[in-house]
Amino acid sequence: MSIILDHVNYIYDSNQPTAKKALDDVCLTIPDGQFLGIIGHTGSGKSTLVQHLNGLLKATEGHIYVDGEDIYDKDYDLKKLRSKVGLVFQYPEHQLFEIDVFTDVCFGPKNLGYDRKETELLAFDALQKVGLDKEYYYQSPFELSGGQKRRVAIAGVLAMKPKVLILDEPTAGLDPKGREEILSQVKKLRDESNMTIILVSHSMDDVAEYVDRIIVMNKGHVMYDDVPKEVFRHYEELEQIGLAAPQVTYIMHALAKEGLPVDTDITTIDEAADEIVNALKRSGRKVN
Amino acid sequence: MKIVKARDLVFEYIRRDEEGNVEGISTAVDHVNLDIKQGDFVAILGHNGSGKSTLAKHMNAILYPTEGTIWVDGKDTKDEDVLWDIRQTAGMVFQNPDNQIIGQVVEEDVGFGPENMGVPTKEIWERVEESLRAVGMYEYRKNSPNKLSGGQKQRVSIAGVLAMHPKCIILDEPTAMLDPNGRKEVIRAVRALNEVEGMTVILITHYMEEIIHADRVYVMDSGKIAMEGTPREIFSQVERLKSLRLDVPQVTLLAYELQKRGVKLPNGILTTEELAAAIKAL
Repeated sequence: MSIILDHVNYIYDSNQPTAKKALDDVCLTIPDGQFLGIIGHTGSGKSTLVQHLNGLLKATEGHIYVDGEDIYDKDYDLKKLRSKVGLVFQYPEHQLFEIDVFTDVCFGPKNLGYDRKETELLAFDALQKVGLDKEYYYQSPFELSGGQKRRVAIAGVLAMKPKVLILDEPTAGLDPKGREEILSQVKKLRDESNMTIILVSHSMDDVAEYVDRIIVMNKGHVMYDDVPKEVFRHYEELEQIGLAAPQVTYIMHALAKEGLPVDTDITTIDEAADEIVNALKRSGRKVN
Repeated sequence: MKIVKARDLVFEYIRRDEEGNVEGISTAVDHVNLDIKQGDFVAILGHNGSGKSTLAKHMNAILYPTEGTIWVDGKDTKDEDVLWDIRQTAGMVFQNPDNQIIGQVVEEDVGFGPENMGVPTKEIWERVEESLRAVGMYEYRKNSPNKLSGGQKQRVSIAGVLAMHPKCIILDEPTAMLDPNGRKEVIRAVRALNEVEGMTVILITHYMEEIIHADRVYVMDSGKIAMEGTPREIFSQVERLKSLRLDVPQVTLLAYELQKRGVKLPNGILTTEELAAAIKAL
């Protein structure tokens, strides 16, 4: 399910003195099955952008096409769009409300009009996909840990069988293990289902390891749109707009400056370790 | 004298089901001993649910121990007569800046604490000014807190605590909801408080990069103190930290991976500069 944004502009409070341009001429094509990272500091327009993708916000100017259909067309069924493009908000655990985990996850598909049996199958499938142990299914969602609650909230969206899953800061506030669990679960989901996944984040370290493509937002416009390696080459510019490249990028640049011939495009720890060992060997230093 | 001292501190809470029947007892803090020196920068690490926030809430008498004792500046928190002294000695900053700001204007918000304490008006304004300057928010004193970024709001929260002239400031995951820039601002402000003003800082966090300058680190797991030492000592134990659902800074992890591949590096490298120097020296 491809999504095309064609010169999208969005202005908050457009007819008031407090008017603020939140999206500035955004043009994007998101092909089927891509794992996309959207990065930007607070207020850069990244959350505003994703809220356009399922029609929660309507562009002040421009068009959005989902599967070739203009979602601003009079006859377009926005409800259908929302079931196709699932959005998991920041701190989604605040939206849990049912008496137990399973009922909470059933809420979405039930509302979409699935019958009871289908609803329960969808909920069961979604909970399995997020890797939550069966022992928690009939517990109150409020008794789970932060990471577990978040997985229940993600399952609540997955149960609606979206083709595109958007996660807005899915790891905020979790401990390091919780962050890794959520991200690797998301990656697994992508590998197994070929779903399009859009990850909104300000953590470069999280994004670098997982995504195929990064879009950097700044002041409402797309500043960079490329594969992670290419984007992180601009680490000095990223710094100026309040972002940081993954720490590995800085390390590799520091080593290169010290005269070690390393490839500075590397973004993950494992690659970096291999590259440094090779570079040490290449420059004739002893490594056992 | 120790600013915070705990002996065999235990905190239990009773879990109840929907009808209010007792389901069981959970121990959130389990026989913890602590000695925090005046002027130190202390970090408390631990995964979600390890008991670190519960422990912190004992330090300004929001929670009272089930067993054992905690003294703040020599005062037992169970003694109700010194409750307000304790809250004034140990100020607390929480995770969500939006829950802590009440004033319509930044300087009014910061003045709220000392006003409540009955500080004379002239001195309130002096304290507001000095606190806002300490966190680098003086230019924003006339602004509405609503229009500030997360990092700025959090610095206003810190100024609000400073204006009460505490001896010790406890920050419970102050950067968890902030972006990288906001995190840097807050940590820079906190370090300056410790280094320039000599304030005792107790920082609770998930972010390993924030604590490499701490004097002492405590790692909590299931209510107990699982590890204790300097950042270098703590971060040398990569596997142990991982088993406690924690991480090490990326530089430390890279150094560890290099060691595993046979590169001879010292243990517990904490900064990019250290790593570059160590590799250069090979």
